[in-house]
This record gives sequence, structure tokens and C-alpha cells, in this order.
Amino acid sequence: MKQTAMKQLSMKRYGYFFGILIAFWLGSVFEANAIFEELWEYQEDVVYLIGQHIEMVLISGIIAIALAIPIGIILSRPRFAKVAESAMQLLNIGTTIPTLAILALAMSFLGIGTLPAIFGLCIASLLPIVRNTYIGLNEVPAHLKEAAAGIGMTASQMLIKVEIPNALFVIFAGIRTALAINVGTAPLAFLIGGGGLGELIFTGIDLDEPFMMLAGAIPVAMLAVLVDVLIAAIAFLIVPRGVNPLRR
Amino acid sequence: MIKIDNLTKIFDTPNGPVTAANNIQMEVPEGEICVLLGPSGCGKTTTLKMINRIVPPTSGKVYINGEDTTGLDTVSLRRNIGYVIQQIGLFPNMTIEENIAIVPKLLGWEASRYKKRAAELLDMVALDPSVFLKRYPKELSGGQQQRIGVARALAADPPVMLMDEPFGAIDPINREVIQDEFLKMQKVLKKTIMFVSHDIDEAVKMSNRIAIFKDGELIQYDTPDDILAHPKDDFVKNFVGDDRALKRLRLVNVEQVMEPPIYVSQADSLSDAFNKMEACGYYHAITLVNKAKQPIGFVSKEATQTRQGQCGEHYLGLKSIISVDDDLRKVASKMFTHDITWMPCVDKEGRMVGQITQRGITHYLGATYRRDGYQASAEQAPLGDDLATAIKA
Repeated sequence: MKQTAMKQLSMKRYGYFFGILIAFWLGSVFEANAIFEELWEYQEDVVYLIGQHIEMVLISGIIAIALAIPIGIILSRPRFAKVAESAMQLLNIGTTIPTLAILALAMSFLGIGTLPAIFGLCIASLLPIVRNTYIGLNEVPAHLKEAAAGIGMTASQMLIKVEIPNALFVIFAGIRTALAINVGTAPLAFLIGGGGLGELIFTGIDLDEPFMMLAGAIPVAMLAVLVDVLIAAIAFLIVPRGVNPLRR
Repeated sequence: MIKIDNLTKIFDTPNGPVTAANNIQMEVPEGEICVLLGPSGCGKTTTLKMINRIVPPTSGKVYINGEDTTGLDTVSLRRNIGYVIQQIGLFPNMTIEENIAIVPKLLGWEASRYKKRAAELLDMVALDPSVFLKRYPKELSGGQQQRIGVARALAADPPVMLMDEPFGAIDPINREVIQDEFLKMQKVLKKTIMFVSHDIDEAVKMSNRIAIFKDGELIQYDTPDDILAHPKDDFVKNFVGDDRALKRLRLVNVEQVMEPPIYVSQADSLSDAFNKMEACGYYHAITLVNKAKQPIGFVSKEATQTRQGQCGEHYLGLKSIISVDDDLRKVASKMFTHDITWMPCVDKEGRMVGQITQRGITHYLGATYRRDGYQASAEQAPLGDDLATAIKA
């Protein structure tokens, strides 16, 4: 046990070492080819478009969370048990529709602009949250619910004090997936006139300007990682310690 | 007091209606523990859960302390009944303190009051409040968790408790410990408790009364001693086992069976010892005590007949003594271990207060059978007394 741990530690150290080496090497190559300067040219566009991008993600994400969690909760209630299974099947089929198709459909009846883009992103990120909320609540052990009922909790007290806290980790996993999809899909919004970093990416591809494309792609990638880390941090803090596998 | 009046539960299944509990009628007097006992699927759990409406009854009524609960709303009914389940059901998202304080919180107690209560209850279930209050359930062992489960049920001091195989998931050694602690608590708290179990030994140990269920029917409702000594039919006989007479040993304390002490002190002469034994009739040895009346040895009848002198010079070491609080199971076990037929009984200070003999135990346990024998067939020879004379002779 101890030996493998030691081995892992030394491997990790080598990993860091090589990582730093590669970073330095890449930096020197980029510097030599004046790549940073080329990218820097788009600085103004990037700052403006990041703002637009984040705005889109934020609005669609918040609307999606605000809609999806109550839907998940309602579907998990015993009186909807019969409808819930077919509803979840419908949602599962919904997830298989490519987001680009959703955006195209949104455009076809909402026209061009930010509104159809936000609508499309919302739909795309709705599904994982609904599914995880529903599954998370359904997987709260029956004996916990029996204990809560036996103690004399009302249905809403049981939901707030027992069911949601115990499902929260799974719900957050859903939110994380949804926002990762959201940030990654948001560049497509450009195609229906929604703006965002997609503008640089798609224009760069069309004009065969690799630096323009990279100036859009790199911030999108960084944004995706950042949002993921942010949600993970929020989950770490909000999910109660007793049911948080990340905390001891 | 819990009174169940004609309680019936019929489940509608795809294969037609199934009667899980049929016209159950019973009453648990205040401050007693009643164990519902039977094989799985016999309706004992259904009956228990109908009391707090986890299973809504098809028909019938439940009275708690004389009050008909039919009119009460489910939530306030449940808040006045402690509920302990086999899976424990502590809420993993809450600390131990929050878990215990949950019912008081629901009842609207002040924070200082329910915090004090949580600490007090942890103390009561033998866990250190300073260590455990802020911990989470997953950091506790199964036995510790179930103690918290019991503490939580007791938090708002409900008059009535329902326990559904509360100690079923705990390993046998810890189970004994927790059962003993629980009985000790019950002596002080005097709750009216209904307790589901499928273990006859647990039932005999914990209960004031046992209700035996089979296929949704209440077959026999009696004290443990009567269930063991007079099982009503073959089903009950089989359920309580062929060793049911041995199980009765647990129900009887040394104090109930022991005989008045006869002993000699070191300065007494052997002939005194012989006379004392003769006066009692059947002893073949007598206990020797020191000045504090603590047994230190015994003098055999043979020695008093063949030798001369003081008892202090001719005694042998005692193989075993027993405390008056122990049950007969321990007595029997000691007798078998040391191959002896009698033992001096001592109080907490180790002073001799009586002695217990195999003959006395047989006589005590046999009393209920002899009463039966006389009632059933007066012409048949009373076997019990014959046996007693045979032992005496």
C-alpha cells in the first residue's frame, strides 16, 4: 500500500516536471513565431465577445436550472410516478437530438438573434438537470423517507430537509454536465445570429485565418474549464458534509 | 397504553386481495414492552405500522392512552409516537445533534432547549456528547447509529414508541449490549412500547408480553413465561422451540428461587454443622462464611459425620457463587461448568443471602406445569411431586 502510494507520488512529480518543461518549450516556440502577438490583435474582439458569450451562458443556464429542478422534483413525486417514466423516456430521446438541430429548430420559429440562441441553449441544458434531479430524488433510500414520515414530517418538510439534501450531489453533477454542454454549444449560437465567441471561430474557419479561430477557441476552452471548476467548488461548499463524497 | 381494536389490513394485489392483518385485538398496558413475534409475512410489521399509519388500516381503531387516534391528523399523531426502524434511517445530511433534535425542532422548541436535550439523550444512550454531537452518521458504527436512532425517537419524550426490529441489523455481541442498555433506560422512562422481532430469544429478554402472529392472525398474546410454558397450539410450540423450558430460565432471577440461607462460621463445631444440615433435610453440604458473612468455603456432610473439631479446620473451597440479580440461565451454566448442584447466593457486598439448588429450580419452574396437570386430569398421579420426593430421598 505504502509503496504504491510512494510510487504514485514520484510519478506525479515527474509529471509536473515534464509539464513545466513542455510549457516552457511551447512558450518559446510561440514566442519565436510571434503567435502571441498575432493572437493579441484580436484582444478587443475577444473581450467583447467573451462578455456576450458569458451573458448567453448565464441567462440560458439560470433559466434552465430554474425550470429543470422543479420539473425533476414534480416528476419524482409519488402521484406522478406513472407519468414520470414515460416523461423521462421522452427526455432521453430529446437528449439524442443534436444541439445544432435544436438551434436550427429554435431559429425556425423564433427568428434570428439572441432570443432563439438562449432558447436553444436552455433546452439543451435542461435535460441533464431534469434527469439528475429526478434520479437523485428517486434514489434517496426508502428507509430514509419512512423514517422521515414516521417522525411526523409533512411531505414538503421531507422534501426540503431530507430528500433534496441527499440528492444534491447528483443534482449538482447534472448542473455541471448541463453547463459544460451549454458553454461548448454556445459558439454555435453565432450561426443563428446570437453572437458570442463563435463569431471568431466560424469567421476564422471561413476566412482560413487560424489565429482568428484560435482567438475564439482558446477562450471557449478556458471558459468551459472555469465553469466546471466553479460549479464543482459550489457543489463542494453547498452539499452537506455528511452526504458529500468529496469531503470527509 | 396502546389499544388496538379490530384492526384489519387488506392489500389489493394483482392476484386479488390479501389479508395482511385480520381483526387484530390487543392492549399494551402503560409502561410495558410488547413484542410482536412471528415468521416473515405474518402481519406483525403491518400491525405495528398501522399504529402510526405508515400503513393505513383498512378498518379498525387505535387508541393511545385511551384516546381514539382516528380523528387525529397523521402528522401530529406521528410526532407523539417514537419510531425506530431496522435500517436506522438517520439522515446522513445532518449531524448527530440535528438528527436527534429533529422532532423537537418540528414541534417548535427553542434552540437552547433542543440542544440541551440532544446532549442529555446522547449521555443516556452511553455516547459522549462532546465527541459525537457534531459528527455525521457515516462516521459512526452500526451499533452507535442505532443508539442515535433510539435517542432520536425519545427526543420529544413521546409516551409511546414503535420499534420495527430495531436491533436486527446489529452484530450479536453489540446487540446484547444495546438490549441491556435499552432495558436499563426503559426501567427509568417507562414508555409503552410495541416492538417487532422475529427472534424468540430477543422477545423473551425484552418483553413484558409477547404476541405471536401467523398468517395475519394474532394466535397468542401472553406473558413470556406463559407463552413458553403453555404454548397454545403446535404452531406456537414449534415457533418457541423444543428448548422452550430452557428459555424460561432467563425469565427468573436467583432471588425468586433461592432458599433461606443456612451457613456455619469458622468457630462452629462440625456437629453443629451436621445438625443444621439435618434440620433442613436434604443438604449434603453447608456453606462456611467469614465474619462479614461472605461465603469462603463449604463443609461436606461426610466430613461432619467422620471427623471432629471446628468447621474452620475442615472446609473445602467453593467452586462458584452467584449474585441475586443474575438469571437462572447463568446459574444453570455455572452448575454445568463446575458439576455442582447448589450454590450460595450473595448480594452486592458479597454477603450470603441464600442458596440456590437444582431441586429448587426444578420445583419453581415445574409449578406452572403441575397446576396444569391437576386441572387437566385429576385422576392422573401428580408426577411433579413424585419427582420432588424422589430427589429428596
